[in-house]
Amino acid sequence: MKDMGLDQRPEQALYRTHFAQWNERIGAREPVWLRARREAAFARFEAVGFPTTRQEEWRFTNIAPVLRVPFQLAAAWPECSLPDEWLAPYREWAAHHLVFVNGHFVGEIPADGPAWGALARGIRALLGEEPEIVEPHLARGAEDASNAFTALNAAFLTDGAFVRIPRGTIVETPIHLLFLTLDAGTPVVTHPRNVILAEENSQATIIESYVGLGDGQYFTNAVTEIWAGENAIVQHYKVQRESRAAFHIASVRIAEERTAIVLDFSIALGAALARTDIMAILKGEGAECALNGFYWARDQQLVDHHTVIEHVAPYGMSREFYKGILDDEARGVFDGTIVVRPGAQKTDARQVNKNLLLSTNALVNTNPRLQILADDVKCSHGATIGHLDEDALFYCRTRGLDAETAREMLTYAFASDLLNTIAFGPLRRSVGEWVLTKWPEGGMLKELL
Amino acid sequence: MSRRSLLEIRNLRVRVNGQEILKGITLAVYPGEVHSIMGPNGSGKSTLAQVLAGREVYEIVEGEVLYDGEDLLLMPPEERARRGIFLAFQYPVEIPGVSNLHFLKAAVNTIRKQRGLPELDAMEFLALAREKAKLVELDENLLQRAVNDGFSGGEKKRNEIFQMTVLEPRLAILDETDSGLDIDALRVVAQGINALRHPDRAIVLITHYQRLLNYVAPDVVHVLYDGRIVKSGGKELALELEEKGYGWIAEEIIGSPRS
Repeated sequence: MKDMGLDQRPEQALYRTHFAQWNERIGAREPVWLRARREAAFARFEAVGFPTTRQEEWRFTNIAPVLRVPFQLAAAWPECSLPDEWLAPYREWAAHHLVFVNGHFVGEIPADGPAWGALARGIRALLGEEPEIVEPHLARGAEDASNAFTALNAAFLTDGAFVRIPRGTIVETPIHLLFLTLDAGTPVVTHPRNVILAEENSQATIIESYVGLGDGQYFTNAVTEIWAGENAIVQHYKVQRESRAAFHIASVRIAEERTAIVLDFSIALGAALARTDIMAILKGEGAECALNGFYWARDQQLVDHHTVIEHVAPYGMSREFYKGILDDEARGVFDGTIVVRPGAQKTDARQVNKNLLLSTNALVNTNPRLQILADDVKCSHGATIGHLDEDALFYCRTRGLDAETAREMLTYAFASDLLNTIAFGPLRRSVGEWVLTKWPEGGMLKELL
Repeated sequence: MSRRSLLEIRNLRVRVNGQEILKGITLAVYPGEVHSIMGPNGSGKSTLAQVLAGREVYEIVEGEVLYDGEDLLLMPPEERARRGIFLAFQYPVEIPGVSNLHFLKAAVNTIRKQRGLPELDAMEFLALAREKAKLVELDENLLQRAVNDGFSGGEKKRNEIFQMTVLEPRLAILDETDSGLDIDALRVVAQGINALRHPDRAIVLITHYQRLLNYVAPDVVHVLYDGRIVKSGGKELALELEEKGYGWIAEEIIGSPRS
């Protein structure tokens, strides 16, 4: 197949150039095993190539706009201190913050209070000091056999967070991984990689935030891997508030051992194009997972979630609840697969996707898929797409609320049951405020938060 | 008469989906009065209530409605509410995700703002809400719950009356508020209505049955039949309707029972 040669794929050429640059810049200074893994990953990327809309998984998300931009690999942030206003929104959060700028770890803001017993470090720093800690967990290759973006992330593995909650440790303070991207004039690409390991009987909450500073165009290509050991309880939030010109493509891969419980909550508010793939494998008996998601898109934003929950062992339980609000000409995609392997008897799986369209030009594609290969299971799914209820709008107006406030109240009400499940108060309020910012007069409704 | 009517409907004709539902209604309600509009199903009672509250799906073919001397039909629903019109819905809408208290506080403060009154803060409003909830014997737990969400039929009706007593309208229109209530709830709803009676206010009770009128004595009873008010009288008219049903009205008006 000569015509499928590398030169026929010009969109990959840019990343080939990046790879050469990267090897030159950093290759000699990193462990041999890592360089080998990165090279293997790049080879996988070359073999798979970027997806097109002819592929089922990418049918509704055309990534051509991402490939048209001549991104540059983001350089490290040269300063050792950060402007106050960048961190101001998080000052009130009682959390342990790890801050990254343009994909590079710049520092941490420890939580007040007692020592907490978790390891939370920047991966690049850890590679320099104690590479043996990260080596077993980094870019082993199994995760990206068919996903070009995940392979690219491994090939350009630069930095990210490495979090380990030791056996039996309960970390009360949320760990906040804050990824800030600057508007630097030239569009940059970052490839953050996070590894979260919750050992047996441990508990922790991890919040990943992706925030654009300014209106610039850039591309975040993130990968997060979560492993929950036996009986571990992990709450993981990914809050995507990239700039409205940015592209955000991310994978979250979750593996659960026996009777582990993982909550993954994907909140997608920003970016011109956002795609998140979430894969949860319930490996151990009695493992439970909840995949929650909230997306809110307007103008011409595109927000896409693909989720796969794989039940491998018996007595597993999964709950999936995604809600989306789409306004203007925004488009949403929800694609949720539940796989029940032959051995996974007594699986109990439920999936719900609800969408609210605020405009006649907004669009959503929702697609539930069940692959059930065991015979004694309980699985259900349901999807709805609707507009604001005219009767409810009228009811609000007969009580004196103007039409705009009524719409705002009902829109917020649509999301509130899901948003109210966010246990960490500052995050819950901050997402709620984002939902209400569409309406500048929404002061009265701030009380709802 | 020197007094000015609070509500004056003149030859109102209303169409929905091409079909005429109200075929020329004329009615005047003065401050301090309680009117009852009775009629069989399909006579246009609820349409009249919805038109007065400002529902936009109805087409006004002819006629006018004056509220306190001003053209009501030009006002959007929220404007009517802010000027003191309250409709208790026949089927109150559920709003999951918004607590009853927040909803009503937003309503109260919007209306107070319009009237140039200071807004109530959370504590002031809570005190007011508790006082009124007691009056209509509304379970305080329902204040914290989402608006009408999962309420029983009776609880929804009681909640409408609760909202009404908090908002203190000048013109209250109650659309079949008595339907689906047990005798105890009926008494409580009547209590709420009677507490609202005031020389400056007027109340329009839209109902199919006479039973609410055992508790709330109307000044005037109108019979709405096939989109027209065909008979008006005192409260004894309601008793006559209860006794004989609506059939005799048809005979009296049309000359023979409708086939």
